[in-house]
Amino acid sequence: MADSVWIPSAVALTASPSRHSGVVRITHWLTTLCFLALLLTGVEILLSHPRFYWGEAGSVNTAPLFKLPLPSSRATVPTGYGYVLHDQNGWSRYLHFQAAWAAVLTGLFYVISGVLSGHFRRNLLRDGPYDTLQRLTYLGVIFGLFPLVIWTGLAMSPAIASAFPFAVSVLGGQQSARTIHFFVSVLLVLFLVVHVVMVYVHGFRSRMRGMITGEQI
Amino acid sequence: MSKVSRRKLIGAGLGAAAGAGGLVLAGRLAKSNGLIPPDGRGFYGPGETLTYAAQRLLTRHSLAREFPAADISKAPFANEVAPMGDDFKRLRDGGFADWRLAVDGLVARPVSFSIAEIKSFPRLSHITHLACEEGWSYIAEWTGAPLFHILDLAGTLPQARYVVYRSIQPDWWESIDMADALHPQTLVAHGMNGGELPVGFGGPLRLRVPRQLGYKSVKFINRITVTDSLKGFGKGLGPASPEAGYAWYAGI
Repeated sequence: MADSVWIPSAVALTASPSRHSGVVRITHWLTTLCFLALLLTGVEILLSHPRFYWGEAGSVNTAPLFKLPLPSSRATVPTGYGYVLHDQNGWSRYLHFQAAWAAVLTGLFYVISGVLSGHFRRNLLRDGPYDTLQRLTYLGVIFGLFPLVIWTGLAMSPAIASAFPFAVSVLGGQQSARTIHFFVSVLLVLFLVVHVVMVYVHGFRSRMRGMITGEQI
Repeated sequence: MSKVSRRKLIGAGLGAAAGAGGLVLAGRLAKSNGLIPPDGRGFYGPGETLTYAAQRLLTRHSLAREFPAADISKAPFANEVAPMGDDFKRLRDGGFADWRLAVDGLVARPVSFSIAEIKSFPRLSHITHLACEEGWSYIAEWTGAPLFHILDLAGTLPQARYVVYRSIQPDWWESIDMADALHPQTLVAHGMNGGELPVGFGGPLRLRVPRQLGYKSVKFINRITVTDSLKGFGKGLGPASPEAGYAWYAGI
């Protein structure tokens, strides 16, 4: 009869993770806001030079690794388009770094509280509310793609490169860092698309309610 | 209200109060240590202040990476500049013999130097990476007189906080803090890749600030002003760049 004592607590443990905690809900939406700001401004910054290189240096005078079939906001970039977009780099860079700080601080708060509260242990490190593929994806995004996009972003900073040269050279150089930053961003956008599709597939209203109010899904 | 939710509420309230108090304290500390940039106000103020303060704490004495000669870019990109003005053309036609670099503001001895004088000063060369905020970059060897040497000759006063530098081209000027102004790699550059500094790359004189993006390395400089505040310059944001929408600090 030991089972009858044990089962209720097990039910309580497995039932609670499907309810999103306040920290998860708040950091989820803050991250969403930051990510959209970073994506929009990232594209604006990219449009001033939609060409990618490998190594330390590269310009319109060098052969690119690849170029994107996009118009540019600079007349100096040969794109094949007969027009030049408006320069949006000033505010885009301001907002990109502001949103990056907000995302980093939000992420730190999420990770620290996730460790302390057992959120990772309960929900992501073992079979709980999510299946193996979901758990690997979430862990990969949280502990793989996000740190990598921050690292490659910082590696483009000339001041950070002066203080931590190894953080740049290990990536292959500052242009390599920019190229990796782009690919990691593409992976994050892919994750976002799949994530939103999954929310639709599993019931948009109930999933949104779950992430907004914390109600049981 | 249940006991648990009240406890949570009190905890959250205390946490928020501690957070707000911490922010105010951090702001005061940042201000007293000169870690708030001139454009550290307004909507983007928090991000700019965090970036500038964090990078200054981490990089105050760091040296820009230097590369071997083999890494020098074969075809560096000069970027475009506005059509040169008549003043520049007149000086260029005279072989820049009459070009002067004036040093004024908070200095003991306001002076001005010819190109020949600047070339006679101790020289420093470094092979460094120049990155444009647009995303492209090149590696080149820059030769010039360290800015700290020129500031020493004029005698910078102790209350100096910024150095403003101007191009002969209209509405083109920038400013840096003393950490970058006195940095050993910050050059009044007159040479590039072993030769004279080409006009396309800012000749005859360009301020080369290797720990910041290219737009801080203003071309065709003819005046350096030492100041304790950027309020008297332009719209009070200091350099021309925030007025055009670009951040003052370009270490990122």
